[in-house]
Amino acid sequence: MSAAKGAPDLVLKATAITRRFGGLVAVNKVDFEIPRGMIAAIIGPNGAGKTTFFNVVAGIYAPTEGHIEINGKRLISPPTGASREPALLLVPLIPFIGLALYFLLVVGGLAGFYEGVLSVVLALLGFVSVLLLTIVRPLWYVRFIKRFGITRPARPNDMVEAGLARTFQNIRLYKSMTVLENILVGAHVHLRSGFLGTIFQTKRTRDEEASVERESRELLAFVGLAGTENEIATSLPYGKQRLLEIARALAGKPQLLLLDEPAAGMNPKETAEMTALIRRIRDEKNITILLIEHDMRVVMGISDRITVLDHGEKIAEGQPAEIRSNPKVIEAYLGRGAASGH
Amino acid sequence: MSALTARLAPLRARSNAYFAQHRSLGVLVAVITIGVALPLISRIPPFGDLQSMNAWVNAFTIAGIYALLAVGLNVVIGFAGLLDLGYAAFFALGGYTYAIVASPFFDIHLPFWPMLIVGALIGAMFGIFLGAPTLRLRGDYLAIVTLGFGEIVPIVLLNADPFTGGTNGLGGVDKPVIPGILEFTLINPWPFYVLMMVMIALVMTVVFRLQDSRIGRAWDAVREDELAAESSGVNTVISKLQAFAVGAAIAGFVGVFNAAKLTIVAPDQFKFVVSISAVAAVVLGGMGNPVGVAVGAFVIYLVQSIFLKQLNTLVDNFNIPVLQEIDFLEFQYVLYGIVLVLMMLKRPQGIFPAKRRIRIFKDTVGGAK
Repeated sequence: MSAAKGAPDLVLKATAITRRFGGLVAVNKVDFEIPRGMIAAIIGPNGAGKTTFFNVVAGIYAPTEGHIEINGKRLISPPTGASREPALLLVPLIPFIGLALYFLLVVGGLAGFYEGVLSVVLALLGFVSVLLLTIVRPLWYVRFIKRFGITRPARPNDMVEAGLARTFQNIRLYKSMTVLENILVGAHVHLRSGFLGTIFQTKRTRDEEASVERESRELLAFVGLAGTENEIATSLPYGKQRLLEIARALAGKPQLLLLDEPAAGMNPKETAEMTALIRRIRDEKNITILLIEHDMRVVMGISDRITVLDHGEKIAEGQPAEIRSNPKVIEAYLGRGAASGH
Repeated sequence: MSALTARLAPLRARSNAYFAQHRSLGVLVAVITIGVALPLISRIPPFGDLQSMNAWVNAFTIAGIYALLAVGLNVVIGFAGLLDLGYAAFFALGGYTYAIVASPFFDIHLPFWPMLIVGALIGAMFGIFLGAPTLRLRGDYLAIVTLGFGEIVPIVLLNADPFTGGTNGLGGVDKPVIPGILEFTLINPWPFYVLMMVMIALVMTVVFRLQDSRIGRAWDAVREDELAAESSGVNTVISKLQAFAVGAAIAGFVGVFNAAKLTIVAPDQFKFVVSISAVAAVVLGGMGNPVGVAVGAFVIYLVQSIFLKQLNTLVDNFNIPVLQEIDFLEFQYVLYGIVLVLMMLKRPQGIFPAKRRIRIFKDTVGGAK
């Protein structure tokens, strides 16, 4: 661990993140880091760029500038050299087209006809295989093209694998699936059984399924949804759907959990329960938490540190008490007059 | 009567619970039961008069081909939610794969059984090839691209004369042989019928197992909400390619059987109408429910091949010149149209809508909650 060298053990380190949409700068040079075990919050008025920043961290939007490290590993940086990638597609074509030309022109006529056709077919197969590689983009391929100066940002599923999970502002459950199946999908990255294992139902596959089902039931009990396993996800009341979304994120065994307005639309009792749950996730599961929230009771109550964004820029960062009295923050929320006290 | 059903109820509940845990066994029992029961239909008066028993068995075999196509397409449309209108292309590729290596055309005669697997693999390969460029497309756009692919393949097959025999296709395709035991013939429909039932049992088992696995859950998630699926750690690219590959593999598998059964493959067997009939079967049966879509395909095929044919002879008796000139067998498009429109209006989820599997926790005794 890097903590041994005296540096703080950072789960997330975002450096100078900028994201532009056309002329609009949604996030402007935001530096952000979270030490392990912290509950950090991002607040800001509507349109401040909170959710955009979240989406960049989660790998949904590539940043225009800046990069992101998870557990000290750089996973996201702006795509570069993308125009060079198509050239790679042509590489496997060269030998086969050469062969085809040789057979069709040098050997000539019908003598080389089948061989010529075969080499064209092989060339096409090579082309499609490389095309597939660029689309599926496995990790070894990403590492390989880095040598040619082509960098590709990690995708959301790569980020989950690296230890980051998230929930959404407007709940996005798998609507027609059962509660338990929703959580099983969340555990997808940790399952290894493939086609053959599934088709022949090997012992490994069966054991894996049994253990992931048991873990999922434990998670359901953890968030307080035990007994709802076989209900359809959207038949749950709103507050419980939020809990289910959190349970689904936890199934990915994250080290960092991003919560996008976890208490939105909840009544005071549910809000209190949610606050307690977030604290339990940190304390019992040792998961670092980053949340966006508008409900100030929640934010002030549980955050170790609050970061304030306004117009895409970080205007303040500190403990709840400091933020509450920070004139810049009051100005951003209430306007200039309120800040100066008149 | 009701006393009897009441007494049978606990037995039924127990057998349901048993087969929910042992689905492969359930598939086997169901296929054997249906396989034995279907030919008996031809003994029942109104059906028996229509055609001979052998003709019925033959019709059931062909209906089985359509049923398997629907089950395969259901993986793509029903599980992963990718609308594929060019499904017949994979069916064609499977058939041509077998016909090229088992016909007098090149005078190569490879055995039938391993070619079933090879046909499936070739289908899967082309499924991935088609899937790769279309991954970013959704809904209508995907449908149009797959439609194009479905048109390209028969046209390529039509024009690549040196390999495919052009318009005439490849004739005299070898029939399956079990050395020393059984030779499949055109006259006797029973071996093909039994083989078809075995294939249905195999494909159904594989599809059920995939549906209940990590792979199947990822398909469900991609269909329901792609962004959420990505954020749950599902590699949506791989997941979609897997769906295309499995669907196409089933079509290739059935394509080999089809070529051996008809002993000829020709481009016009694989027209758009084949794809659309599979889509109609999926919509009729209930997207996402493998049993439902198989039944849907069975019904559609039997209605079009037997009911429409009977309509022809019926109308001939009326001596109305205008009606006599109509060939009702050509009305299959109308049939598909009516099926699709009626289902969309009255029962969009299909006759047998997909149900979620209830998971009973094995640690608790009789633990249904």
